[in-house]
Amino acid sequence: MAKSSSLQKTLSQGVTLSSAMAADSSDEEDLSVNDQAISASEDDEEGSDDERKHQKLLEAISAMGGRKRKKQKERSEASVQVSEFFVNAEGTGEKVNLSDLLKTIEKTSVASNKTKKQLKNLQDSKQTLELPLNKQQTEKIQRSIAYEKTTKEVSTWENIIVQNQKAEQMVFPLNQESSAPKLVEQVVASWKVQTPLEQEIFGLLHKNSQPSNDPVLTPVEEASLKAMSLEEAKIRRAELQKARALQSYFEAKARREKQIKSKKYHKVKKKGKLKKFVKQFDEMVKTNPEEALDELKKMELARMKERMSLKHQNSGKWAKSKAIMAKYDDSARKAMQEQLQMNKDLTQKVVVPSDDEHESNEEASETVPDFANDPEPVLDPVNPWMRGQLTREEPEVSRVTTEEAQTAEEVNEEEELLGEFERKRKLRQADEEDLMTTEEESKKEEPASEVVEDDVVEVSDTEEEAEEEEEDVSEFNTLFRLMRSEKTVEGPKHTPGQEVEEELLNEGEIQVRNMEDLELLGEDVEPQPTAEASLPQTAAEEDTSEPLNKKKREIDLQEVLTKEAKAVRVPFLPTVIEDEEQGEQISLIKEAFAGDDVISDFIKDKKKQEADGMPKVVDLTLPGWGEWGGVGLQPSQRKRKRFTTKMAPPPPRQDRKLPDVIISEKESASVASHQVSHIPFPFQNTAQFESSIRTPIGSTWNTQSVVKKMTKPKVLTTLGAIIEPMAKDMKNNKSTTPAGKEPAIVLEGNKTAKGDSEGSEKSRRRTKSKKKKN
Amino acid sequence: MKVKVLCRNPDDYVRETTRDIQRVPRNFDPTLHPFEVPREYTRALNATKLDRLFAKPFVASLDGHRDGISCITKHAKSLSTIISGACDGEVKLWNLPKRECFRTIQAHEGFVRAVCSRFCGTSFFTVGDDKTIKQWNMEAPGYGVREEPINTILGKVVFTGIDHHQTESTFATCGQTVDIWDEQRSSPIRSFSWGVDSFSCVRYNPVETDLLASCASDRSIVLYDTRESAPLRKVIMQLRSNTLCWNPMEAYYFTCANEDYNLYTYDIRHLDVPVTVHMDHVSAVLDVDYSPTGKEFVSASFDKSIRIFPKNKGHSREVYHTKRMQHVICVRWSADNKYVLSGSDEMNIRLWKANASEKLGLLSSREKAAASYNKKLIEKYQHHPQVRRIARHRHLPRDMLNQKRQLQEMKAARRRKEQNVRKHSKPGSVPLLTEKEKHVAAVVE
Repeated sequence: MAKSSSLQKTLSQGVTLSSAMAADSSDEEDLSVNDQAISASEDDEEGSDDERKHQKLLEAISAMGGRKRKKQKERSEASVQVSEFFVNAEGTGEKVNLSDLLKTIEKTSVASNKTKKQLKNLQDSKQTLELPLNKQQTEKIQRSIAYEKTTKEVSTWENIIVQNQKAEQMVFPLNQESSAPKLVEQVVASWKVQTPLEQEIFGLLHKNSQPSNDPVLTPVEEASLKAMSLEEAKIRRAELQKARALQSYFEAKARREKQIKSKKYHKVKKKGKLKKFVKQFDEMVKTNPEEALDELKKMELARMKERMSLKHQNSGKWAKSKAIMAKYDDSARKAMQEQLQMNKDLTQKVVVPSDDEHESNEEASETVPDFANDPEPVLDPVNPWMRGQLTREEPEVSRVTTEEAQTAEEVNEEEELLGEFERKRKLRQADEEDLMTTEEESKKEEPASEVVEDDVVEVSDTEEEAEEEEEDVSEFNTLFRLMRSEKTVEGPKHTPGQEVEEELLNEGEIQVRNMEDLELLGEDVEPQPTAEASLPQTAAEEDTSEPLNKKKREIDLQEVLTKEAKAVRVPFLPTVIEDEEQGEQISLIKEAFAGDDVISDFIKDKKKQEADGMPKVVDLTLPGWGEWGGVGLQPSQRKRKRFTTKMAPPPPRQDRKLPDVIISEKESASVASHQVSHIPFPFQNTAQFESSIRTPIGSTWNTQSVVKKMTKPKVLTTLGAIIEPMAKDMKNNKSTTPAGKEPAIVLEGNKTAKGDSEGSEKSRRRTKSKKKKN
Repeated sequence: MKVKVLCRNPDDYVRETTRDIQRVPRNFDPTLHPFEVPREYTRALNATKLDRLFAKPFVASLDGHRDGISCITKHAKSLSTIISGACDGEVKLWNLPKRECFRTIQAHEGFVRAVCSRFCGTSFFTVGDDKTIKQWNMEAPGYGVREEPINTILGKVVFTGIDHHQTESTFATCGQTVDIWDEQRSSPIRSFSWGVDSFSCVRYNPVETDLLASCASDRSIVLYDTRESAPLRKVIMQLRSNTLCWNPMEAYYFTCANEDYNLYTYDIRHLDVPVTVHMDHVSAVLDVDYSPTGKEFVSASFDKSIRIFPKNKGHSREVYHTKRMQHVICVRWSADNKYVLSGSDEMNIRLWKANASEKLGLLSSREKAAASYNKKLIEKYQHHPQVRRIARHRHLPRDMLNQKRQLQEMKAARRRKEQNVRKHSKPGSVPLLTEKEKHVAAVVE
């Protein structure tokens, strides 16, 4: 192939000589071919001589002719006739065939067999080359390749574009200069001389200035400047801040713990720590013997130090003072004891756990009784006072020893104590929180506790709250409530105070209100006996409850309410507290509304509304169809039955459990025009949408910073600044930092702010849920 | 003994200087500020109403041309300068703050087809019906000196569009072919052609500056890369696109203004289906230009109105029209994202605010806060029927309204018919096409 291509080249160059061809072939062959080529060119020269002669001859012949032809002078390109190597360029116009060239090769015996073979193969093969693709197809291929390349290139923007689309705020122009202080050299370099005076000064300054070829910043410095982008720096700063904050918390905690004066606490804690360490050490022996050895060495060092010092020898000032006190003070004695114990512990030789030694130790520990291992301060030679103590007060010592023996129990105690401390701390925190909480929460808790006791009370409580909020106390409501409270007083009279019975009573009250509820009650109650029939115990209970129910039914709400209520004073019941003022008010109100029976009116009204809401039976019977019709003829029962349809019952009323409230279920047209009828697009359920609406964004409800954050405009432009299209280098800048990355750690301040807003939101939600009614 | 004392820190209530604002302690206890949702709703409603009340988008009209405006371009470096070309071959340079023309050039014989400013803002190019490209100096010649172009290139065919490269000294023109020119040469350094057609518009991609797109009269939009020898790809639509504009912030999106009253936003990586179909115009759309923020674009239509579309919404957020404005031929969005310029048949250039109710000029911080709060409120309550009704209401001229209704009717009828056809033919034989799929005829590789 190489050969053929080189051949082609020679053709295109227009060099026709075989020498050229020979030279080509000689690229890889030997020199002898060259020689051959030269000889060939010589041959050609001879040939050209012949031709010249021939020309002359022709001229001579023509000169012989009678008429003398005027010879026209022709201009011709010299190089066509004569090549630059003084070679006759014969046969310039002719094409060179491959076979012509091959002939020369065949002549030369020197040409390698390989080439010859190749050539022969070529000659033999009859295969034709494939036609190149037509223009349209090649162009199509080119286009698709180019398109793919471009799409790939363009797709590199995707990161940035997506990031910008998601961004909460975009500030234009994009490539604003950073507010960071500039280098003096840069400022100076960008400054231009304007006034003639400045020019003069500049000229003077720079006339004989030395060549300043030191750059403003070295490449290393520039690289270091570029290394950290603003975002990265922010992230790093946040991390550092977080670490610092954590450290300060830790320090504060340590300080707090240090300030705890309870000795018991410290002691218990220390013991706990020691235990933990021992456990850890045991594990370490198993898992990481090297470190365990290190620890052992440390312990050995501590022991050595202890032996050298007089620290725990009961010889210090404090110990001496204690020794005086110890005679009378139990605790002082104990403290000294402890110090000595510490000394003993520290000076005890630590045994390096080699295998056989370990075994022997174990044996020893097995053989030696437990008390031998126990510290025996009594026998301590260093403590003479203790010795004296022993001799004098036998029982005391025995007490101490028993204490020592009870270490196992104490361990449990320690844990308990620690737990207790923890509990106390929690309690304290809870107290603090309680202080922080708003009135509402406490209010909310109250009814929650009362719910168990009394249904009706709960209702009135919520009502109270609503009233407090709206500050709209209607006399009717108070009256109503008072009436009921009187009734509740009456209730316990009938059935001496039991919570369960009270609950049942209230249920009864509610159930008797209307027929619908009566039915509901029937449904509720009836399945119970069927389910519990198998159990005799419950059946017995049922027996007791049934008469109760009966009793309740006897107390009709209507009767109770419409009758003039007697104020019954029950001093031993704390639930009802009647002031004199209230009593006065009641009497006043009663006087004022003596004539009109408001409550029964209300109840009637409510019943009517409920009845309106109930499904109506629609009778579609047409007389005369399918049977005889006429005056006095009624459609048959069967037919009427067939054509009467009962509508499906509506959903239960919202006020079904509120005897003193009517909640209108009608859609008010004036409000409906302001309400959203269906869930708008990005939201998937009503809860989502409502939560988006619930949070207020105004400054009435939020602090300034929160408002600023929440009302941040999406696009921010600078007045009078040209916004250039995104520059290509943006891609390179941004691609270094991952798209949309925020600092991994959010600062504490932000968190608390968020928490605040959430808390306020919660409380708001609560108020909202209350307001929902009406 | 621990003594607990009530104390007040004077820092909490004493001003540092007498010129400082009074500290107003606020209690954000939600019980003290009840009914937040109804109150905010009322505020949102009021904000919406005020927004409509203050919507006075028309700023100024620049008159002086003696024929219809055929093209407008912005100065690359100056916000206050625009260049406009008219159908009588006149080019005028305008000072926007003064609202006056400060220079008039008789640039061409016949139409000035297109104008473009050089990226550095020192000169601008015009192409006209007299088959010439002329480069003009941005600065006016001295008194008494004739207006002469810096450079004139004589072409063989009429050039219909021109656009300059963002950073280099090359520009592209279109006529019967799309040519890339070097400013220093009198012949194009490259010319692209793909089939026999004539082009109406060519635009450089402002972000990927080697990319080009052109609208051809054979209903196609062709993409080019100046580094390649051949065009990249061609998308053929149902009707012809008049102009197109690249999104200056998002490299692979462009929007084209089509004869079928719609605009189409394409992603050049997926040309077979447009990303969004923007409908609202009731006549052919003649020009489109993106806002420099790349969030919205403005379109000019033969229906005598201009509309502003959010880039990813199917319908416009704003429509501007006046009684005197005729067919709008060209439109541009100013480089500071504040104004929109429209040039129309009746020889006037009009300056509009991009946000109809925005207050112009410097704002105090309180004004800014109030504006952003109102904007956020409207956004929050946008789904509430009253807010939406008021926010969406626009007055339309009688003709346009009738035409709109007519179009709606036609569309409904067409849909009904399609449904009927589908109902009465073999299942699957009449495919269900989305609106996006309907408008692309073919993509040619």
